[in-house]
Amino acid sequence: MSCTQRDIGASTNSTEAKRTDPRCNEKKCSWASYMTNSPTMIVMIGLPARGKTYMSKKLTRYLNWIGVPTKVFNLGVYRREAVRAYKSYDFFRHDNEEAMKIRKQCALVALQDVRVYLTEEGGQIAVFDATNTTRERRDLIQAFVKENGFKVFFVESVCDDPDVIAANILEVKVSSPDYPEKHRERVMEDFLKRIECYKVTYQPLDPDDYDKDLSFIKVINVGQRFLVNRVQDYIQSKIVYYLMNIHVHSHSIYLCRHGESNHNVEGRIGGDSELSPRGKKFAHALRDFIEEYELSDLKVWTSQLRRTIQTAEELSVPYEQWKILNEIDAGVCEEMTYQMIQETFPEEFALRDQDKYHYRYPGGESYQDLVQRLEPVIMELERQGNVLVICHQAVMRCLLAYFLDKGADDLPYMKCPLHTVLKLTPVAYGCKVEMFYLNVEAVNTHRDRPLTRTGSSCLTPCVKESTLTAAKKLVAVSASE
Amino acid sequence: MLDNEDHLLENHPRELTQNPLKKIWMPHKNSHIGHRRVCMTNCPTLIVTVGLPARGKTYISKKLTRYLNWIGVPTKEFNVGDYRRECLKIYKSFEFFRPDNEEGVKIRRQCAMSALNDVRQYLSVEGGQVAVFDATNTTRDRRGTIMKFAEQNGFKVFFVESVCEDPEVIAQNIVQVKLGNPDYMNCSSEEAIEDFMERIKCYETSYQPLDEDLDSDVSYIKIMDVGRRYLVNRVVDHIQSRIVYYLMNIHITPRSIYLCRHGESDLNIKGRIGGDSGLSSRGKEFAKHLRSFLEEQKIKDLKIWTSQMKRTIQTAECLGVPYEQWKSLNEIDAGVCEEMMYEEIQEHFPLEFALRDQDKYRYRYPKGESYEDLVQRLEPVIMELERQENVLVICHQAVMRCLLAYFLDKTSHELPYLKCPLHTVLKLTPVAYGCKVESVYLGVESVNTHRDRPENVNVQRSTEDALQTVPAHL
Repeated sequence: MSCTQRDIGASTNSTEAKRTDPRCNEKKCSWASYMTNSPTMIVMIGLPARGKTYMSKKLTRYLNWIGVPTKVFNLGVYRREAVRAYKSYDFFRHDNEEAMKIRKQCALVALQDVRVYLTEEGGQIAVFDATNTTRERRDLIQAFVKENGFKVFFVESVCDDPDVIAANILEVKVSSPDYPEKHRERVMEDFLKRIECYKVTYQPLDPDDYDKDLSFIKVINVGQRFLVNRVQDYIQSKIVYYLMNIHVHSHSIYLCRHGESNHNVEGRIGGDSELSPRGKKFAHALRDFIEEYELSDLKVWTSQLRRTIQTAEELSVPYEQWKILNEIDAGVCEEMTYQMIQETFPEEFALRDQDKYHYRYPGGESYQDLVQRLEPVIMELERQGNVLVICHQAVMRCLLAYFLDKGADDLPYMKCPLHTVLKLTPVAYGCKVEMFYLNVEAVNTHRDRPLTRTGSSCLTPCVKESTLTAAKKLVAVSASE
Repeated sequence: MLDNEDHLLENHPRELTQNPLKKIWMPHKNSHIGHRRVCMTNCPTLIVTVGLPARGKTYISKKLTRYLNWIGVPTKEFNVGDYRRECLKIYKSFEFFRPDNEEGVKIRRQCAMSALNDVRQYLSVEGGQVAVFDATNTTRDRRGTIMKFAEQNGFKVFFVESVCEDPEVIAQNIVQVKLGNPDYMNCSSEEAIEDFMERIKCYETSYQPLDEDLDSDVSYIKIMDVGRRYLVNRVVDHIQSRIVYYLMNIHITPRSIYLCRHGESDLNIKGRIGGDSGLSSRGKEFAKHLRSFLEEQKIKDLKIWTSQMKRTIQTAECLGVPYEQWKSLNEIDAGVCEEMMYEEIQEHFPLEFALRDQDKYRYRYPKGESYEDLVQRLEPVIMELERQENVLVICHQAVMRCLLAYFLDKTSHELPYLKCPLHTVLKLTPVAYGCKVESVYLGVESVNTHRDRPENVNVQRSTEDALQTVPAHL
């Protein structure tokens, strides 16, 4: 069942690399990436408006976050490139020969791009997002995959609930480039006819006979039921687990840091200090915030460090402590100020600025380690409804990067100021972010990316404090698409 | 939600005190706070197996129970066959299982009820979180009874059905676990197999597998052909999700797992814990012996895993084959006690030293970890070990104890005192419902790093009492 393919090239390299001092050879790639030892193509299957693109994008975001380079190849994008102006559903009729030719051509072009991504650009997973509803098309893909030595895993979405389908169409199709006029009823009408075109030739995966040797997951009725067939390896197992944990119910996730702590005030990193008086004020304000928004069934999570727990205590609601939400371990640099680190460990300080994501504090952790540590939190956030996570700067950056699809370059420099709550609400294919500054002043603990890679710029965080002074100003930040 | 009265009495946040053993910050009044454990639902779960005989139900039940207990979810299995053997004392033949055997049917129903009562006791009174009800449960009627029972008691139900038509697999099952069964103590193998096949037939006619339509509202996983395919329906919570993930990662392909520690290190010789030192000369000698051992064993497609600490990597380097490093396999973090000798810990932190002896599993070093933390950290390693086939894990004392406890089903009391000496390889081979262990000492001397629990664990104890069991070192 588990067929592992040893990549001879990689294994020789690893032995070579590890011959020298282990500290210098901290693997750049994540564990998940390392375990994905064969380029894999994930092929979506399903009628339109079955959530294929939603799952493709979400899965891609997750895989990239855990360090497995992944990219989506959406056939609709290729088709829009080839056929500039979409006229009507007639294009999708299976007896429209001209259109069928164009559509097949687009698929071939997309597959070429997949090949380039997986063999030349360092990609490990390509998600082929199209209907792929016929055996003919899937056979074509399988031939391509075999020719190139890739693995393939199919994800089929089957849904017969008309309400779900209608909701999908309204949420994502109405705003699609295909329908610039955005006239709801006409969009709905045309799109439903488009679906009918596909239904005529739809051949779902047949686990009992024709497709019994394929590796796939069939997602039925938005996750109510799953059929999983022949999972081959580590990454397919993780993909299945992820798809089984996500849901589409509306919910919001609130992220914030603990209130300002005594160490924050002194400019010290790490440690386990208590809230400063302003930090306590913030906790009060947070309590008011929760009450004002009447968040039903809100779960509250903290780390096991005093400052987050003290903050939660103020809310007078039950909360759960997670050790894995603890702040990044700064090892020998724990409780130092940046000045002290610069003086005591100037090389370390410089190294960190060169590659903040992969840099591991001596005896401590890196952002990359943190992401691995936080994976169960993300998985559980996906399962849950409304959650407030009271955590720490580095931890919050990692969680935020997952929701907003930020890469390793940007993640360690994301702005997560004290006394500010971020509300994340899934919408369409992305995440709406609203930022609430709770009007209690605090020090700024953010150290910007240095101007030059070699030198380190500011030792201390910018003294200039937050300019948002209006009470609870609502700022709608970008909805990532 | 907090009780109204508490809420009104308090004007400011409650004072936090740190529990001295686990280093958890808790509010002074000690009211209920959630300390993140695996299953936060207050609702106990009843897992119910479904399937014809010899489909691996008991194998799955025992394995799942072992896994859940290891990750800290109190779980117990209730095998109805055991209750029947208790009741019947002597098994005569498959005739007992004939559907038209009224007496047999009555007894079997009674046994099931008796088992369910014990389930209720375990989940509602004894603090159990998950109960695994291991029986055929092949009729919708029986399953309906169980669901009603669960509803009455406020338990969630999750079915685990095993479906398999491969005659080879079934035959193998029978040979591996049925022949040694008390039911067939006094028969020859042929007689036993023949009787068992008849037994299966008794169930076949009335078997109503879980159905996509008729059972669409029930939470279940249907495992087909020993894990080639799964059907998962209506997973409702975290623990069910974890159970499904686990069941989808286990397999029954024969293989062995080899566990050993790094070779003796420089800090080992000095009697110091933790740190990141290199191998001593004897440690290097061990690595060479390990290489010879592996070559002799001629293990097929062996994977080798190490931690990211120098001493395990150095050990692996000597083997001349590729290996993979896991940070999760790093030794337990002893926090402020890193690189100290036990004598020094006693001198500087006598209270900590005593607390550790009082509850070594839950004790967390200041700014460090506990065995309990270690288990959580190692769970992905266990999951991947389940997926893999032949693997050699070169790790550390505390880590090895945790992994060993998983495979040998040791409790949290036993775990921190499992003997994992240096320069010894443990070969674990799954067999029947458990694990065969072979211990191979590779003939290179080393210090002993095992510290037994001393008699006196009182915080007021003398230094002599505290250091009574410290092993010899330089």
